[in-house]
Amino acid sequence: MNIASSCDVAVVGAGAAGLAAAAECARRGLSTVVFDEQQAAGGQIYRAITATPLKDRTVLGADYWHGEGLVGEFARAGATHVPGATVWAVTRSDDGFEIGVSHDGVAQLVQAKQVILATGALERPFPIPGWTLPGVMTAGAAQLLLKTSGLVPEGRVVLAGTGPLLYLVAAQLARVGGRIDCLLDTTPRGQWRSAAPYAVDFLRSPYLAKGLSILRDARRATRLVGGVQQLEALGGDSLQRVRFVAGGRSEELPVDLLLLHQGVVPNINLSNAIGCAQRWDEAQLAFVPVVDRWGASSVAGVTIAGDGAGIAGARAAEARGRLAGLHTVHMLGRLDAAARDRAAAPVRTELARFTRGRAFVDAMYRPAEAFRIPAGETIVCRCEEVTAQQVIDTVKLGCTGPNQMKSFLRCGMGPCQGRLCGLTVTELIARERQAPPGEVGHYRLRFPVKPITLGELAALPETDEGIKAVVRIGKAH
Amino acid sequence: MSLVATADVIVIGGGLHGCSAALHLARAGLSALVLEKNYVGRHASGVNAGGVRTLSRHEAEVPLSLAAMAMWHGIAELVDDDCGFETHGQIRVAENEDDAAALRQREARMRALGYTHERWIDRDELFARVPALARHCLGGLIAVDDGAALPYQTTAAFRRKAEALGQRFFEGVRAQRVQRTGDAWTVDTDRGSFAGRVLVNCAGAWADRICAQLGEPVPLEVIAPMMMVTLRMPRFLEPVVLGTARPLSFKQTQEDTVLIGGGRRARVERDAETTELDFRELAASAQTVWDLFPVMRAASVHRGWAGIEARMPDDIPVIGPSSTAPDAYHAFGFSAHGFELGPIVGRIMADLITTGRTELPIAPFAITRWNAAGDSP
Repeated sequence: MNIASSCDVAVVGAGAAGLAAAAECARRGLSTVVFDEQQAAGGQIYRAITATPLKDRTVLGADYWHGEGLVGEFARAGATHVPGATVWAVTRSDDGFEIGVSHDGVAQLVQAKQVILATGALERPFPIPGWTLPGVMTAGAAQLLLKTSGLVPEGRVVLAGTGPLLYLVAAQLARVGGRIDCLLDTTPRGQWRSAAPYAVDFLRSPYLAKGLSILRDARRATRLVGGVQQLEALGGDSLQRVRFVAGGRSEELPVDLLLLHQGVVPNINLSNAIGCAQRWDEAQLAFVPVVDRWGASSVAGVTIAGDGAGIAGARAAEARGRLAGLHTVHMLGRLDAAARDRAAAPVRTELARFTRGRAFVDAMYRPAEAFRIPAGETIVCRCEEVTAQQVIDTVKLGCTGPNQMKSFLRCGMGPCQGRLCGLTVTELIARERQAPPGEVGHYRLRFPVKPITLGELAALPETDEGIKAVVRIGKAH
Repeated sequence: MSLVATADVIVIGGGLHGCSAALHLARAGLSALVLEKNYVGRHASGVNAGGVRTLSRHEAEVPLSLAAMAMWHGIAELVDDDCGFETHGQIRVAENEDDAAALRQREARMRALGYTHERWIDRDELFARVPALARHCLGGLIAVDDGAALPYQTTAAFRRKAEALGQRFFEGVRAQRVQRTGDAWTVDTDRGSFAGRVLVNCAGAWADRICAQLGEPVPLEVIAPMMMVTLRMPRFLEPVVLGTARPLSFKQTQEDTVLIGGGRRARVERDAETTELDFRELAASAQTVWDLFPVMRAASVHRGWAGIEARMPDDIPVIGPSSTAPDAYHAFGFSAHGFELGPIVGRIMADLITTGRTELPIAPFAITRWNAAGDSP
């Protein structure tokens, strides 16, 4: 596929937010290009919506199949969809932005006047002893295998953690006959008390009924252990057992697959590397980009939609995508403020409906500190095998922030670019320094945010200035 | 403004040169405090390519560079940390006859000046030292005692050693106004005032602002040389390899990743302290690597960055006393090759402050060299 060398709007991500944003832009006549790493539109939530082998709609549920309508709307709107494309850089250029993207093994620089980031969420790291053993994976990854290939785990399966997705995965696996030996719920007991002030909103939200039905299905399917306070994956070369402590009692279970999950956090790697301002969100225990009510970031021309700007779920992401799209059309002078606001009004109603109850979910399923901030020999950075104790010792040497930690320990310098350890490192340093995580800060992330080959980079077009620079520097010697 | 702290010497800038000055001042028995607007080693000192190079130095820098190299070879005794220093030599390779002629001419010039640290090597020796190099190369100029170190670890080590000897570092403190009252200096910052008898300007890319306040403006250019690093590769290279006509600095790190630099520049915003990579320029670097190291063609480039620093029009630093104010000294403008000089420049500062002189020839680095048109050395 040949990608146009320039467009009005580049959208990064074809999940709920990206699809809705692109549809709003394209149907109003903007040349709109959507870059997405997956082979088909849908993002994580609607992954494989057009191709899943699970045709029985009760398995993945009505929330999943809602994506069908959105993908259809996107397809009709006239945006260019570039699947299998990795955006590795977004830099400012004279009249907007230059998007560095690799597609089919070829790197290109595409000009865009405006950029919409819809990079979604990542599962929060779950750094327990043994979490890097083969046989331990995230519940979200298991769910993607189910959606894309109908793959159901075999052998003895234990789920552990907290948050709605954990129960949803349990219910979905149960519906296709998957075996789940045990569900270890790490939600701290009594946490409902801090969630209670938000309960009224939750009771009026669309999430209550859904939540109850998922809980019912999950309970039916497996043994449920609540109030789990310690968790450890055990084994030599691969996972063999899981040990946990609940109600003061320790127990070990033989297990072949341990699925961990404790909520999702915004994927901010691209917005961080672009230089968009971000802040620590204490309710969501994550860094989120600073955006206005349209999703506009601190960098003019970069708008952020969906969970990448703070977790609120798929239907809220769709609404936030539409708002980002409307804002972008307005910024390019194709929609006056009054028309934009008229179009946005019903979207804001929808957004309010789907964000109601979020505060309750955040408070109710706030992951316990014991599972966020590891100790001792537990690995923090998987790529470079840095332990919690190393980070703590390095703080004592005067390394007061994640970037100094990077330079000292190489944590966050591996292939994942800190996606998997960023929050853990920040929270570890913060606790050690007795400082708020917002003050400790996050890794400064670097382009390329995803690796590209030297060959791809070498094949990029050079500028005249580049050629002149060679001559100039050559002469200096 | 309230007075926060006083010392014999106020050093502005917590880069390698500021930390080194503080360390050498402590050894000379003077107290110093270092004012750093971010954290120590935030910009070029912490994120440069780490080359420890005497090869191809500007002639004026050679004596300093050789003196510094002697200190690098005993770096652990100086700062109680090996700084990740390793010495596998640096080689500038000739890709064609023009390159070869330029390098041989350089070797002859160095010999004429009495220096023996740079030596021409032929194809056989070149490929024995760098087996992975493309076969079109004709030879190279080597400095066998050169090497590389870890820049952040090095800067942090100088700082820790200086602190252990009693010097104080104030991070997150931005120097704003310097003024002379009586026979002392006061530096007003965003966190209060600091006072001392002597002022040392090691403010890197921001040093010209101090100079302007002293009434001796300098033509400083803010630059941000770009670097990129790959994921780990099977071990294939020990020395640092430099290009001749094409800008390149290339080395496989101790972690087996490959670091590619060489002076191509990012766009830089000095006040925001941000840089933006220029991928077309990085593409040119990648093309050079593609040509010189076939083994690299499938390497994964995984992070790029640029460190902000100062460049002077003649590509050599300003080192020495202020020409307008008493008890004020400068060390800045290292023009993308100051890392190796770190250990010696701090000592020069301490010598100047304590004895009024240095045994090293620093006249070429005088701040007065732009005073009159055509007056540059």
